[in-house]
Amino acid sequence: MLSTIRTLWYVFLHMFHKRVTIQYPDEKAYLAPRYRGRIILSRDPDGGERCVACHLCAEACPVDCIALQATEDENGRRYPEFFRINFSRCIFCGFCEEACPTYAIQLTPDTEMGEYKRPNLVYEKDDLLINGEGKYPGYNFWRVSGVKIGGKDKGEAENEGPPVDVHRLLP
Amino acid sequence: MATVHVDNQRYEMDDKQNLLQACLQLKMDLPYFCWHPAMGSVGACRQCAVKQFKDESDQHGKIVMACMTPVTEGARISIQDAEAVEFRAAVIEGLMINHPHDCPVCDEGGECHLQDMTVMTGHNYRRYAFEKRTFRNQNLGPFLNHEMNRCIQCYRCVRFYREYAGGNDLNAFALRNIVFFGRDKDGVLENEFAGNLVEVCPTGVFTDKTLKQHYTRKWDLQMAPSVCVHCAVGCNITAAERYGMLRRLVNRYNGEVNGYFLCDRGRFGYEFVNSQRRIRKPLRHGQPVGLEDARAGLRKLAAGGAIGIGSPRASLESNFALRSLVGADYFFAGIPGREAALLKLMLEILGNGPAPAASLREIEHSDAVLVLGEDVTNVAPRMALSLRQAVRQQPMEIAERLRIPLWMDHAVREAVQDEKGPLFIAAASATRLDDVAAATFRGAPDDIARLGFAVAQALDPAAPGPEDLPGQTRELAARIAAALKGAKRPLIVSGPSLGSAAIIQAAANVAWALAGAHLAFTAAEANSMGLAMMEAPALDAAQAATAETAIIVENDLYRRLPAAEVDQLLARFGHVVVLDHLENATTAKAELLIPAATFAEGEGTLMSSEGRLQRFFAALSPTEPVEPSWRLLGGWNTLDEIIRALAEAMPQLAAVREAAPAASFRMEAAKIPRQPHRYSGRTSMLANISVHEPKPPQDADSPLSFSMEGNPKQPPGALQPFFWTPGWNSYQAVNKFQEEIAGRLEAGDPGVPMFASGGGGHAFFNAIPAAFEARAGEWLLAPLFHIYGSEELSREAPAVAELGPQPYVALNPEDAAQFGDEVELMGQRFRVSRIAELPRGVAGIPAGVPPFAGLELPAWSKIQPIQ
Repeated sequence: MLSTIRTLWYVFLHMFHKRVTIQYPDEKAYLAPRYRGRIILSRDPDGGERCVACHLCAEACPVDCIALQATEDENGRRYPEFFRINFSRCIFCGFCEEACPTYAIQLTPDTEMGEYKRPNLVYEKDDLLINGEGKYPGYNFWRVSGVKIGGKDKGEAENEGPPVDVHRLLP
Repeated sequence: MATVHVDNQRYEMDDKQNLLQACLQLKMDLPYFCWHPAMGSVGACRQCAVKQFKDESDQHGKIVMACMTPVTEGARISIQDAEAVEFRAAVIEGLMINHPHDCPVCDEGGECHLQDMTVMTGHNYRRYAFEKRTFRNQNLGPFLNHEMNRCIQCYRCVRFYREYAGGNDLNAFALRNIVFFGRDKDGVLENEFAGNLVEVCPTGVFTDKTLKQHYTRKWDLQMAPSVCVHCAVGCNITAAERYGMLRRLVNRYNGEVNGYFLCDRGRFGYEFVNSQRRIRKPLRHGQPVGLEDARAGLRKLAAGGAIGIGSPRASLESNFALRSLVGADYFFAGIPGREAALLKLMLEILGNGPAPAASLREIEHSDAVLVLGEDVTNVAPRMALSLRQAVRQQPMEIAERLRIPLWMDHAVREAVQDEKGPLFIAAASATRLDDVAAATFRGAPDDIARLGFAVAQALDPAAPGPEDLPGQTRELAARIAAALKGAKRPLIVSGPSLGSAAIIQAAANVAWALAGAHLAFTAAEANSMGLAMMEAPALDAAQAATAETAIIVENDLYRRLPAAEVDQLLARFGHVVVLDHLENATTAKAELLIPAATFAEGEGTLMSSEGRLQRFFAALSPTEPVEPSWRLLGGWNTLDEIIRALAEAMPQLAAVREAAPAASFRMEAAKIPRQPHRYSGRTSMLANISVHEPKPPQDADSPLSFSMEGNPKQPPGALQPFFWTPGWNSYQAVNKFQEEIAGRLEAGDPGVPMFASGGGGHAFFNAIPAAFEARAGEWLLAPLFHIYGSEELSREAPAVAELGPQPYVALNPEDAAQFGDEVELMGQRFRVSRIAELPRGVAGIPAGVPPFAGLELPAWSKIQPIQ
């Protein structure tokens, strides 16, 4: 008897506690920037595509939901000709982000991806590419890599000496 | 054999080897860079360091390079020793100091020996924070991409290119930490085997430029064991597909045939499969029709009486299916009578003569060679690379006398210097092997044959010889005979390229006059020998055949006979049905045109010029309506059914069954996967078409599956889709699949050699031709072969086409003196090419290059100055 009254009392007191339930979708929950939601492709600080089509995300993907094809522009800069993620298969594990050597592929705190038709969950590069650097500002793979691209000649990357003149005879 | 202790475990090792090779043979993991199984050791990279101990009580030991240390009885070494491990990690760290941060955009990534070795040694963090050295790259032509920043200075490229393949336009420049590997200036690499640098280079300095245009990582490729179709040598290749497109070819090790290397025509000629000119839909009178409709049309026309014209580039199965469809009496071989007679002669010599056919491995180990009438580099390129190694065999005895182990490559080369074994070349013009030849002879086909007969007579007086030979030629014949007689493993190379039966007969006489000689013939196309084994009448006989319909399978008749003759032949038939891959002059004449699968899309068996039956398997999943010809021609649903029927109908080809295991073959109840277990994109690659993933295509024709599921263990050699073992992602993984390094595959080398043992006795041939005499105003047109351009299918690959020749007429400069820069031949104008090595009275024209493609050569023709 006493315990029942005590229980009722506690329930009554809850009416004055701060509410945990939020009125989604009018109100949104806070999701940390590291939350693993919708995947995007970011751009480097110069505005170019960060993805260099190395295939490592596709390789790391445990459900094999990433498919891409590499191609190169006329100056030797490699980028994906197409880049497709089948979100109806994606398990948001974040392995692709971990595998990415250029910070191109990132998971975002957006989880609102409900669709009535599964084909709408197949995202192409146009749907994935954002106009920003995402979570990792400042990094530009091409500034570090030794490959020559438009606007960056041999020897102009970080920590690179000028190209060697191989016909020089000095020791 | 010697007993060696490795990390206190007892092992038996071959004492003719070095420790690195012996350890790898025992399937141990020991990192290396500069050592190559086909090229031996030089000790340049210091990566294979191990610790060697004096005896059981020695606790200190000393660090030695495993590749430079011979296996000795009682040796004690340690791979795991802490100091050795640290040493190897330090070496890698040093090599990586200048290595750029390129892996994500490097074509070698995922199959990079440097990546594998770096992971194996445990070096994973860069401590060096200073400047990296950089280089400018060179444009090395349409085959290879150059990215010198990635170089680790192992010297493998120049060792292969200069010392193994005999090239001289790639070299090491500069010194210390700025050593550069490349050409003096930009330009196409001249050597025909430069493409092997893709596999020889342990990292991404030299990569496949054709792959770059549709780049895919190795782990994403669907691969199948295949056989090269660009000449008759029958090199084993791995064909690789992604997104329904053939992406590249790489070498597939076969200890008896191509070993570690391919020629550039074979490696880069594959792009014809992706050509815009592929026939993708059945056409009737130029209008698309359904496949079933087309097949019904084919059956109806065949039932109404038809002749079948087979092809030397179609598989045995496709030729047999056609023969069965039209009946043996109405089946023709699809090659001109003269070529058919030459092939028949070669089969007769190999089948019934005492000299066995030589595999490429045997060619490589021959110690005296006579080449009669062949420009081997341009006709059977891979064979030329083996011949280049053969000239090293005899001088190796110098090294053996000095007790230098043969794997110690640079010590052997120092000892041997420029000493070369006897290689004699008798050809119509200069050849690319002349630089290693002991002597060369240039003459018209008949003169080459006469030299051959003279050599045979010098070896065995019972053999007939020419009477009135010039003294110089007689001396040469005596010299050749003496060299061949003194050899332990002599070899005679010949073939049908000059269209002369006498040359082939002379070659046979020489081989038969010698005890223990091997014969190596070339042939024009991938299945020339197999087609000849079917003993069908030649194309000339078809000109007399009467039937309502002609069915032509994978054959452009305009490359077999002069255009007027083909027009006349085709006009005899009410209906012409053609099955082929690419549009050509013959397909343009077809009333009903049906697309036929290439080597990448279907299965079949080919017989190489050595007489080896080898099967190729589809790398591309079946795509409607492209089917292999044998299936289109009807009667059989699976490959095994037609092979069984073929073996029963043609006892001479019964061995075709053993070329590879049947489709019912299973490894522990599982198929063999064509895709590596890391294959990616399965649930996404077709999601843009449908999100419902299709069932993988079923393969009823082979024990291979179009998926990554199956048994990953080592399958029989003929079914090996790719080489991969844990920790060895590059092609170097092949070490783990061999019985003995650079020896046989553990699961058996693919293919069934038909003529590996000589037959019984055979009487000498005695039809010696008269000496060649030049004519006034007329020249003997002889074919000059080109590695890029003479072969029909590779001509359609853009990279190969870029290097092909324009039509020309080659003349001896003295003959050409009466003409200007152009001449008139067959009513057309051609550029004159002056070649001093051409005999007078002979005019060379590029074989297989239009408009010369259909000419039957050699033939006399008038050459006139431009009016």
